[in-house]
Amino acid sequence: MPEQDTAAHRRTPAQEVADFLRGRQEQIAQRWADAALFRTVFTHSRDEAVEAGRAVVDALAAVAGADTVEDAESGGFHIVRDQLARTAAARARAGASITDISREVDALRPPVTELLLAEFPDAPAEHVRECATTLTVLMGTLRLVVLETALSEGEDVIHRQRLQLLEVATPVIKLWEGIVAVPLIGTLDSARSQVVMETLLDSIVEQHARFAILDITGVPTVDSLVAQHLMKTVAAARLMGAECIVSGIRPAIAQTIVHLGIDLSSVLTRASLADALAYALGQQGADIVAREGAGSEHR
Amino acid sequence: MSGAFPSPYGGPSPYATPVPVLRLGDVLLVTLPGDLHDGTAEQLQQDISDTVARSGATGVVIDLSGVEIVDSFLGRVLGDIAAQTSLLAARTVVAGMRPAVAITLVELGLTLPGLRTALTTEDAMRLLGDQGPTLPRPGDSRQERV
Repeated sequence: MPEQDTAAHRRTPAQEVADFLRGRQEQIAQRWADAALFRTVFTHSRDEAVEAGRAVVDALAAVAGADTVEDAESGGFHIVRDQLARTAAARARAGASITDISREVDALRPPVTELLLAEFPDAPAEHVRECATTLTVLMGTLRLVVLETALSEGEDVIHRQRLQLLEVATPVIKLWEGIVAVPLIGTLDSARSQVVMETLLDSIVEQHARFAILDITGVPTVDSLVAQHLMKTVAAARLMGAECIVSGIRPAIAQTIVHLGIDLSSVLTRASLADALAYALGQQGADIVAREGAGSEHR
Repeated sequence: MSGAFPSPYGGPSPYATPVPVLRLGDVLLVTLPGDLHDGTAEQLQQDISDTVARSGATGVVIDLSGVEIVDSFLGRVLGDIAAQTSLLAARTVVAGMRPAVAITLVELGLTLPGLRTALTTEDAMRLLGDQGPTLPRPGDSRQERV
């Protein structure tokens, strides 16, 4: 490219790099296809890896051409963001840490630098250095974009799992005609207890339940906040015309509640879920008795 | 609720029609509309106590199943109605409160401790028809709590 060489001195290093990337796209993509990042993700065919590499080179050239080598939000990256996210996610699934991914993206730089140096064999040293610096900055920005997408991918996963946990963790069980129970398991925070309250109240309407049992056997600790949530749920259920029973308070938790000075006197409590059920049945006029010859009566 | 602001006409809102108080034997049935103005609520409070005093009703059922939005004012009015009627020897039962309304009242700190509640108006009528001792509400069996 002799014409470009003569014009080179009037152009910014970034545009120079952009031209170089466009010109050598195929070579760079071929070399990247052998780099760890692309090789481990596109295991099926090398062509796919080369294709992915070409897309990334294109994006880099667009970013360099727009003279925004330091801007991770640059428009050029938008096109490959999805692909980078998929690549990073695939590496993360394969067990690579953020550091590993960062190192692998960094490993994409040396082959390009080599090609760049070979591109200007007789240009002034200062000019070559400028281009190399620009390229390094550009690759640094690429690394930033990859890590950013990888991290936001992780956040999405956490958010999704949190929602799943909310759904999974609050089943409302119909124990008997007019009696529903919620076995609470795990730590209760504000978001979860809100979900518990809503699902319980909805099921009270749906099942036409006069009694609702909150079983907290699976709740490891009760602090004043959790107690407050429980009392709110009980009060809301009462307003709707259902009676709420809290069961399964373990001795240690009972001690904590007393130590904290929490007044649960407005809440009806029973030692176990069975006791709560027996109470609710008794209030409805039903009774559990053993058949003749069967095991002992359980009340 | 619009009644919280002074009406441009200086009186109660012209759109506020009074809530009917129906008499079923010894029980008064009041079904609250979805859009209850503050003025109407106050009017209703008076109507109920007047009717109880005149007719000697022994129970009042307030059906809230059509109410989707509640504020602290309405919560207070409900409590006041219960207190008034109990002075007149009648029991008030609030029936059919929706979950969202119950949550709102609790979040507002209005747990309405003196108020009797029922899931439906049918349950409420049954509750009132039960002339024996009142059903144990939470708090009656406190001796057994942990």
